[in-house]
Amino acid sequence: MIKSILLVGVGGQGTILAGKILTTALLQAGYDVKMSEIHGMSQRGGSVSTHVRYGCRVESPVIELGGADILVGFELMEAVRWLEYQKPGGIVIVNDYKINPMPVLSGQFSYPDNLLEVLQGHTKTVTVKAFDEAVALGDARAMNTLLLGAAVERIGLSDIDWDDVIGECVKPAFVDLNRRALAKGRELAKEI
Amino acid sequence: MKKLLTGNEAIARGAYEAGARFASAYPGTPSTEILQNIADNYPEIDAEWAPNEKVSLEAVIGASMAGVRAMASMKHVGVNVAADPLFTFAYTGVNGGTVVITADEPGQHSSQNEQDNRWYALSAKLPMFEPSNSQECKDMVVSAFQLSEEFDTPVLVRVTTRVCHSKSIVECRERGEHHAKPYVRDAAKYVMVPAMARGRRVAVERRMGELKSYAEETPYNYIVKGGKTGVIASGVCYHYAREVFGDSVTYLKLGYTNPLPNRLLAEFAGQVDCIYIIEENDPYMLNWVKERGFTKKVKTVFPSYGELTPDVLRRSLGMEPLPVIDCGKQLSVPRPPALCAGCPHRGFFYELGRRKGLVITGDIGCYTLGFAPPFNSMDSCICMGGAFSIGHGFNRAMAKISGDLRAVGVLGDSTFFHTGINSLMEVVYNGSNTVCVILDNRITGMTGGQEHPGTGKDARGNPAPMADIPAICKGLGVPLVVEIDPNDLAAVKTALDQALEADSPSVIITRWPCALKKMDKTERAQYGGPFTEKYIVNEKCVGCGICLKSGCPALSVDKGKRKAVINPVQCAGCGVCAQICPPKAIAKLDRGESDD
Repeated sequence: MIKSILLVGVGGQGTILAGKILTTALLQAGYDVKMSEIHGMSQRGGSVSTHVRYGCRVESPVIELGGADILVGFELMEAVRWLEYQKPGGIVIVNDYKINPMPVLSGQFSYPDNLLEVLQGHTKTVTVKAFDEAVALGDARAMNTLLLGAAVERIGLSDIDWDDVIGECVKPAFVDLNRRALAKGRELAKEI
Repeated sequence: MKKLLTGNEAIARGAYEAGARFASAYPGTPSTEILQNIADNYPEIDAEWAPNEKVSLEAVIGASMAGVRAMASMKHVGVNVAADPLFTFAYTGVNGGTVVITADEPGQHSSQNEQDNRWYALSAKLPMFEPSNSQECKDMVVSAFQLSEEFDTPVLVRVTTRVCHSKSIVECRERGEHHAKPYVRDAAKYVMVPAMARGRRVAVERRMGELKSYAEETPYNYIVKGGKTGVIASGVCYHYAREVFGDSVTYLKLGYTNPLPNRLLAEFAGQVDCIYIIEENDPYMLNWVKERGFTKKVKTVFPSYGELTPDVLRRSLGMEPLPVIDCGKQLSVPRPPALCAGCPHRGFFYELGRRKGLVITGDIGCYTLGFAPPFNSMDSCICMGGAFSIGHGFNRAMAKISGDLRAVGVLGDSTFFHTGINSLMEVVYNGSNTVCVILDNRITGMTGGQEHPGTGKDARGNPAPMADIPAICKGLGVPLVVEIDPNDLAAVKTALDQALEADSPSVIITRWPCALKKMDKTERAQYGGPFTEKYIVNEKCVGCGICLKSGCPALSVDKGKRKAVINPVQCAGCGVCAQICPPKAIAKLDRGESDD
């Protein structure tokens, strides 16, 4: 059984670090793991994605259209943009947080105001206010790990020692923050 | 020990395990992290950023002559730059084993073309490997070094973006010891004057003939038995194919692709009724299969450009695609890349875009984004270092036909050192009035901040001589060289006026560090602690939106309140918007003053 997790967001939001923490954990848990991401020009504020796939034997490192079990949208509109990669019946974890792209900033377009409803109308959606939660933890930049926490809770990767993995992947000064962020994300995504 | 590595990390690891002692590269997506990884993790290997790919390969040739194992890595278009030494290096062969990595870009995620560099192997007569995943990247690099010494030839390893930038599990080993081979003077081997080169030409043919057996016997080429449908695949396409077909077909998996294994192909063709060839970009294997007489069995259904990801394969094969959720993708507003807040190119492009009658010949780098709105100030982007010479040709032709357009060439500091110097020499020597602009942001920005000959640091961050761009320009004979701070719009304006008035070659150097550059204390001090100030909008704002012409991602206008808004987290304090604002409603935030 192969599982596919697609992390999407805006260049600079930390999808790459979240992907690193996740894949390190999956490797330790004994899975075959592949991960793919595109660097380069898109880093300059463009739309970015990190594909993670794991199971007994993974072939393609890339998730295809309709292939993601879980889509983690680090930004609201990016979740909508990538929704066609989501398997019908899968879960979207979405950060209720907007980053205006240049065409909105310049007044050429408006940021659509009903995107959360659009997601909820099409798929099972777990909404996380990751910005507010991360600020409450002391640093808005911990949004990425917090969202990852929400995702791992829903994927069912709870028997992994996440504190240990974060200790391995994150610079010492940020280990504590990221541990708390991941735990907070898990707590928020717990099914009631 | 098992590690999760990208293809690029695995290539670096392969060089380490093979006992390589010299590596050189010029940064270029998707190859950059190969040399970066060697510099960061393997002190046993000398790791250098070269000014360009040709120089990089030449340094590697020298290291090989001296007897050590050496590797050059470059993006696909970089091989064009290095093609001159590459073709003749194929003649001389090696002393220490030598591997050349070409990182191709199907899908053109960050490149100006989609060329297929497997033709280089065929054309330069070089053995070639094509790894499918990170384990193969490491293993094939090790094998390539051995093959290089065994057959006295440089070896090409062709990877693609998805191989370079995907992670998969790699079994890592200890570093193997490679003893430097003694250098023996041998004119017949290394001095490629015609008389000697003719001899080596024969040796090359003999070698490629001998390598045919290697292609048949290597464990990297094999058949995986399945159904009567046959699939031939190399590189990441093998995994895409397995994703779609699973165990239902018979595969011919090719990891060593020049020369190709004719006998293995015949054996495979005998086992299947039809053949699908899954390869990104050009029909390299397809042509081979047809040439071997299997045209009737071959089914050609795949696109000849872009990536052949599993969904593309399914679509091309007429298979049912995976069901998708259609929520109206068009709801999402495009999110094109943009110059960062604080980017030193902003002020220059703002002023340049306001000029009429100019044709702006651009180049490869972040600044290529100057073509986009709101700047609209770029007419061309072809190749590294071409901005000035293309501008020169344009201006010469304009003069000839008495046209009234004037070309301004624009390139970056790293691009200037790459091949821009030659480009400028052309302008000066042949005397056109081309305005040549060097956007000197003190780093190779586009690929994530690599050092270059102008930064004063080497690939490992150690001090290095700092090339002096104004002195180089003056040395080439440019009569007018102006240095400015691009965040000072009045200075940009004056410099452009001065250069456009001159009927001679001119150079404008805009010098300010990249907003993402990691700077040490000395450099920070040199620029007065940049990117620490913040700007705020005051009550004078009328909401006219003129500030948006700076194209800054930290700026927007609240239409309801009719006020400009500056995102305090993003603002990097360049002050360009404040200079543009007609009512002077944007000002520097005083220390201690609150911005909300």
